[in-house]
Amino acid sequence: MTSTATLAGRGRTSPSRARLAKYLRHATGVAVFLLAWELAGRTGLISWLPSASTSLARVAQLAADPAFLADLASTLTAAAVGLPLAVLVAVPVGLLLGTVPVVEEMTRAIVEFLRPIPSVALIPLALFFFQPEINAKVALIVYAASWPILINTLYGVRDVDPVATETLRSFGFGSGAVIWRVSLPSAAPFIFTGVRLAASITLILAISVEYVVGGAGGIGAFLIQASTGIGADAMVDVIATLVWAGLVGLAVNTLLLRAERRLFRWRHA
Amino acid sequence: MIATLVRRLWLVPVVLACWELLARAQASPYLPAPTRIASWMYERWFSGPYVLTEEAVDNFVPSLVRVVGSWSVAVVAGVALGVAIGRVAWLSDYVDPLVEFGRAVPPPAMLPVFLVLFTMGTQVQVATIVFGVVWPILLNSIDGARTVDPLQLETATVFGVPARLRLFRIILPSASPKIFAGLRLSVSLALILMVISELKGSTDGIGYLLSTASNNADMPGLWAGVVVLGVLGFALNSLFLMAERRVLTWHRGARRTA
Repeated sequence: MTSTATLAGRGRTSPSRARLAKYLRHATGVAVFLLAWELAGRTGLISWLPSASTSLARVAQLAADPAFLADLASTLTAAAVGLPLAVLVAVPVGLLLGTVPVVEEMTRAIVEFLRPIPSVALIPLALFFFQPEINAKVALIVYAASWPILINTLYGVRDVDPVATETLRSFGFGSGAVIWRVSLPSAAPFIFTGVRLAASITLILAISVEYVVGGAGGIGAFLIQASTGIGADAMVDVIATLVWAGLVGLAVNTLLLRAERRLFRWRHA
Repeated sequence: MIATLVRRLWLVPVVLACWELLARAQASPYLPAPTRIASWMYERWFSGPYVLTEEAVDNFVPSLVRVVGSWSVAVVAGVALGVAIGRVAWLSDYVDPLVEFGRAVPPPAMLPVFLVLFTMGTQVQVATIVFGVVWPILLNSIDGARTVDPLQLETATVFGVPARLRLFRIILPSASPKIFAGLRLSVSLALILMVISELKGSTDGIGYLLSTASNNADMPGLWAGVVVLGVLGFALNSLFLMAERRVLTWHRGARRTA
């Protein structure tokens, strides 16, 4: 989603100057936003809103707050354990459903029943089934993150060039080898896109579970505790944590996008 | 026809039967049998004078109104803002980082802001859903409006097509495939945010029913809530897909001939 297209019209400026101008506009946009926020908070135009400087100072303070860092680590750990597990579950299932149409047709009704259930609705149930809470958190993350990976694997495998699989088969390769050498590599970009979608879902689930459980750690618990505080301080804490949550989300998303571009450069070329 | 239906659906009754047998054999309170869940749902929610009981009406209706209403607000706001930003090339460079950041915030993280502001009630749900789902819509609308074929727009300008017509006949239709891709993400996200905001900050709604069932360790009640939310999710998704198919028929047709 880079906006190089908007620059195409400015043929005369050199690309590096154009890029610099774009970054300047980005920076100006952010600066104007922060200024408006500061003014709205200072002048009391939005009475509940703490000013940008107060909030951002709190953001910086939180970076040195051991309680907050422990909560952040707890959320990220759950996500970092859950996401690979979801890949381990969803990719083989997706490969199976994608390569054996009979199984896909058989299970389609069940998939179509399960998929629309909003995953957060399972939180109370999962808390009864999995104790301590961290297990429930990871279990829900695995469940919810598996869907986009499963669906993308399925589409990716269906998209495999049949000539390639048939060629391998006619050279006497078994179906396992065909999957390993053709289906999996050619579905890999799709799978990775699914993983990227799943990563944002892991954060949604982790924070939601932490809300419901409350005292058991994680930035969700930190947010809920902050929101029960009193007066303007509560809002400063909540907004500062929100900024952190956004930064984490941005970091995860950027990292995965970069990795995707690097890993699958051959595909875009 | 019937043969394909049987071939596609036979596993569902098998799974339900296995679940029933397992639940009866185990007699675990955590895993109630499907028949037990169904009878619980009938007694509590579907045995009223007009099918629905009072409890069902008092909780299903607010949830439904909130999720559909807030989603519609987010769609109108997101598409309007997005198309405006996308059509003004210099503006999108200014707001790009802000929109990217807004989208990166995990949507449920917004909830505590509104819990501080409103404590309880419908405002919490509406604000959480609107601010949570507007980002994918906004981002895709910007992208869609930005990539409208300039030749079509210039042709329209040359022929003196008024701006309003250009918006509704050229810009919106050509942005609609991308806009709909954003909308599709937002439907299931809206439902997730409805549930979590009702679990934490509400005195009615399906999410609230879930949280009371959880406090009372009412396992059939919890399973029943999941079933109702699944049906709701299925219904909303199907409605959306139907609408999408209608609106985008021309697009698929155009791609096929291309």
